[in-house]
Amino acid sequence: MSTSSPAFAILRKGLARVRRPLRPGRDMRGDTSIVPKDSLASSALAAVVAIMTFLAAVTSGGVAMVIGSANEWRSEVAREMTIQVRPTPDRDIEAEVGKAQAVARATPGVVEARAYSRAESDRLLEPWLGSGLSLEDLPVPRMIAIKVARGAVVDTAALRQSLARDVVGASLDDHRGGINRMRGMARAAIAGGMGIFGLVLAATVLSVAFATRGAMASNRPIVEVLHFVGAKQAYIASQFQRHFLWLGLKGGVLGGSAAILSLMLAGRVSDLFVGTAGEAEAAALFGHFSLGFMVYVVVAAEVGLIAAITALTSRQVVIHTLRHID
Amino acid sequence: MIQFENVGLRYGLGTEILRDLTFHIAPRSFQFLSGPSGAGKSSLLRLLFLTLKPTRGLITLFDHDTATLSSDSIAVLRRRIGVVFQDFRLLDHLSTFENVALPLRVIGRREESYYDEVAELLGWVGLGEHMWSLPPVLSGGEKQRAAIARAVIARPQLLLADEPTGNVDPQLAQRLLRLFIELNKSGTSVVIATHDIALMDQYDARRLVLHDGYIHVYE
Repeated sequence: MSTSSPAFAILRKGLARVRRPLRPGRDMRGDTSIVPKDSLASSALAAVVAIMTFLAAVTSGGVAMVIGSANEWRSEVAREMTIQVRPTPDRDIEAEVGKAQAVARATPGVVEARAYSRAESDRLLEPWLGSGLSLEDLPVPRMIAIKVARGAVVDTAALRQSLARDVVGASLDDHRGGINRMRGMARAAIAGGMGIFGLVLAATVLSVAFATRGAMASNRPIVEVLHFVGAKQAYIASQFQRHFLWLGLKGGVLGGSAAILSLMLAGRVSDLFVGTAGEAEAAALFGHFSLGFMVYVVVAAEVGLIAAITALTSRQVVIHTLRHID
Repeated sequence: MIQFENVGLRYGLGTEILRDLTFHIAPRSFQFLSGPSGAGKSSLLRLLFLTLKPTRGLITLFDHDTATLSSDSIAVLRRRIGVVFQDFRLLDHLSTFENVALPLRVIGRREESYYDEVAELLGWVGLGEHMWSLPPVLSGGEKQRAAIARAVIARPQLLLADEPTGNVDPQLAQRLLRLFIELNKSGTSVVIATHDIALMDQYDARRLVLHDGYIHVYE
């Protein structure tokens, strides 16, 4: 290999770098960025970005939880139906209940048909009639709770017909009215959640854009000097865009991570109350504190969006400043 | 190199502050631009530096009609012009070396390629000891020399200086004038805007005098 080969050239260049004495003030400071890295305005902007990302991420986590719960209510209620068998004179109600249960089990889509015993039916009346009463002589109807397979559609008209044909005193309640109300509630909860999320995201975008403009104001002399020494618009814009993208990512990752940790912590705290009456009611209303994959995706998207906004706003300010100078 | 033909300038709807300017600046020439305060010296420098567009007339810069240039073309032309601002305009977070090297950095050159060049120029203007100092710790004269070094590091064909001796004592003013003369001898056209008669009397050069918006050229 000759001494003029590219390998020797690289070796010589490397050695020259090693031999070069340390340059006081520069090598020690290590700050060669045209845009100052750690100015007060930059730190303040990173803090604003972190706070707004935190709020947006917590909101998205909360909204995802509410949407999940609303969908869960809807699907759980839609999977249940009830057959009521009324006692009729000269008929053995136990036999009628057995027939109704058999009809239900034979219906496609039904996974479970559980008949309430006489004792269970009596207990259902206790909240209204009080305990300790003898209900032997009362014509208490019997209930059969039907569970439908997830995703299956039961032909309720056919089931009604079969019950009317085979079982005396049986009627089917498919909870249609309740389901419709539940659907309405779920839709309202989803719309409300999305609305809140949209508002928080809009507030985040606006506040980050204005904070970036504020941070850029202190950099105007740098834009001017770069312009005067012959830098092209794209060069100046890229310097600021890169710096502000980094700032936005730093603040966004900080805020997003803090939000995810907070949601996880809230989940841990809620686990401590598992089994209590309060937990069951809160879970029924708001769902369980569990972070699905989509929440991570949404938080990551928010971080990316906010970083992109800081970068694009800085670019816009540079272009506006250059237009103003010229 | 630079040709002004019937150039006029007004700000907004006001009266013209520069009227019917017709003159040229030849390659390797040296001229003072003078006139009373408010006569429009800085505005004329800004026209020369392409940060202002004339209200009327034609400016030809390095054989280009400036009215037809795109912003990127203007940036490229500006690299052939060095400017020394009255208020220096050094970036406080960059060292003297980095400030001076800025025109080379923005054209994409790597530090390895210009390190010796910048160090040599800083030594020539007497700032070798302050290469790694930040501007806030430099004296007014040192800042002025750093600003001049930045203006000439890319070997411009034209050097514009706005009141370069306005903030310095007479001795330093003389030294700076000698520096400009040396630069001119090395091939750079120099335009110094000043109202310092004593400075102009020290060197026999062409004078462009602004008065009532008109320019009077004394060869």
